[in-house]
Amino acid sequence: MFAQQLANALTLGSVYALFALGFTLVFGVLAVINLSHGAVFMVGSYAALVLVTRFQAPLWLALIGAMLVSGGIGLLVDVLILKPLRARNAPHLIPMIATIGVAIMLTSAGQGLFGAEIHRFPEETLPAGELVIAGIHLRALEIGIVAVAFALMALLFVVLRRTQLGRALRAIAESPKAAYLLGINVEGLFHLTSFVAAALGGVAGVLIGLDFNAITPQMGQPILHKGIAVIILGGMGDIRGALIGGLFLGFAEVMSKAYLSSQMGDAVAFGLLFLILLVRPSGLFGRVLERKA
Amino acid sequence: MTPMKPLLKSLAIATVILAAAPAGAANLRIGIAEALSGGAAQYGTPIRNGMQLAAEEINAKGGVNGNQLQLVIEDEQGKKEEAINVFKKLIFQDKVLMIFGPTLSNSMFAAGPVANASKVVAFGTSNTANGITDIGPWIFRNSVMESDVLPVTVASAVKHYGIKKVAVIYGNDDAFTKSGYDVFKAVLAEQKIPVTTTETYVKGDVDFKAQLTKIKGGEPDAIVCSCLAEEAANIILQARSLGLRAPFIGGNGFNSPKLFDISKLAGDGTFVGSPWSNANPAPVNQNFVAAYKKKFGAEPNQFAAQGYDAMYTAATALKSIKITDDLAADRQALRDALPKVTLNGATGPFKFRPAAPKAGKPGGFDADQKPFIYIIKGGKFTLYTGK
Repeated sequence: MFAQQLANALTLGSVYALFALGFTLVFGVLAVINLSHGAVFMVGSYAALVLVTRFQAPLWLALIGAMLVSGGIGLLVDVLILKPLRARNAPHLIPMIATIGVAIMLTSAGQGLFGAEIHRFPEETLPAGELVIAGIHLRALEIGIVAVAFALMALLFVVLRRTQLGRALRAIAESPKAAYLLGINVEGLFHLTSFVAAALGGVAGVLIGLDFNAITPQMGQPILHKGIAVIILGGMGDIRGALIGGLFLGFAEVMSKAYLSSQMGDAVAFGLLFLILLVRPSGLFGRVLERKA
Repeated sequence: MTPMKPLLKSLAIATVILAAAPAGAANLRIGIAEALSGGAAQYGTPIRNGMQLAAEEINAKGGVNGNQLQLVIEDEQGKKEEAINVFKKLIFQDKVLMIFGPTLSNSMFAAGPVANASKVVAFGTSNTANGITDIGPWIFRNSVMESDVLPVTVASAVKHYGIKKVAVIYGNDDAFTKSGYDVFKAVLAEQKIPVTTTETYVKGDVDFKAQLTKIKGGEPDAIVCSCLAEEAANIILQARSLGLRAPFIGGNGFNSPKLFDISKLAGDGTFVGSPWSNANPAPVNQNFVAAYKKKFGAEPNQFAAQGYDAMYTAATALKSIKITDDLAADRQALRDALPKVTLNGATGPFKFRPAAPKAGKPGGFDADQKPFIYIIKGGKFTLYTGK
């Protein structure tokens, strides 16, 4: 049973990591805790659902569609809300509160359009197939989620570390003003980051919506809480941290449910989180921030 | 659409005259005291709807021996004090023959003694607490409780599969699934079935794999699940994806045809019991479901079905007596006729069972009704008729 619980932890951890990637990216570049990320994640799920059920789109097309829709919303949030706040030099709590408003609007819109009940992808859209190794059951979807989480993390890591674009983004993360003086298109990269982060959220929404097969307007809320924990644990804004933090939370949750009590899952996970932060207040990969913008 | 409809809907606290009585015939005034506002309205409203539907059907077919049923509907707000006030008004001011309600057991404990002392029948359709009918011989109920249903469900499944040990999973932050679990726990202890492990989750959870893997480790012969339909679907699907093949035994939350649409064939072999099910193919039930949907634009539930059957139970009793103009005599005659009623209603065959006398005092009458036991086959509720 231990091997199966390890596999369960790996898939749950990858789900958290997948969600946290976009979340941490926005924080790393824009220095905004974007609390609409959970709602954007939900929008991705519904976008794919509509494409699959209304337009009979194949899954890969629905995934791209969901990325575009979620990404578009992320871009709109940046252009309409975050940009004016930046232009007015709003204190950094203000954009966070503004994104709570966005989350409420999106959730209500979802409820108005689709109702509060649970929607599910039709049976035939789910990738069939199951892998059984030494008594461990893994569905094709779960393998997909783990693979996508690791691949996206690697891709983002390489882009940030090895490309011109990545260098520009890191420069912005260090100091938007200095980056601007160096001739970097700061606003453009803010928009791009918002788009990419939200698109990643959309992908997470589709994959997780498929895996748990339960799409509701509220689905972003619980995972948002986990996502916040993950990026704090991993180190705010750190891509590797999102993956490690996600896996850590997944393992802590599954193992405490498996070997302590199912009532203790969250208590143990968040208790460990607290202990780690006592020792490393800036998270596993975080540096202590001294910069004051 | 009859012209009476908007009136019916708009009046919560008022006298409702269902149809004009034919000349010369008397009206049979029946009091309805249910919670139509406040938290308990989620039960009281479908109960009232079921009763209105039944009364309309009865009146449309010529009433009871030519007399029309006239419902006097009052809102007892799910509160004890209000239930007492409403009972007094119905008994002394409206001079009803009998009263249906109140909705909650607590309210019946408060208002029931008023009816009993005034020699007026109080007929509860949703009072499931122990001791309700100890109030006195004028107290009736047709509510079937989870503690009546689950022992039969478990015993049927145990016999069918030859179950030796079970695992349990339930939602521990919901009053409904928690109370279902408490009953299951008592039933399993009573039937001496060992529990390999008891797992919990909270509302909104979507990932149950950790709990299910643990359950799988105990190799149970069945999984007892006191869960709402939303979570149950994922629990069943994830159990199967982990290679856990044991059948499920469900509580009341499993009484949802939608659940087995979602879980498809994964839910096959599940045992579910219910005082009522909209899948019960009996014509009287299917007519009730269709008429209810047409009139109220919503799916009926167990409470509506029990209200509907209660009104037919009373009408059957009224049919067997001769109405005089002496209210006290009519009330007494109705009280004496009710225990003899047998009914084949939306909830199946029904009769009353006298409650055991307490401390030498005669009690009222409880429901004597078998729950429906279903086994899921091909994603559909199939009445279980034994192996």
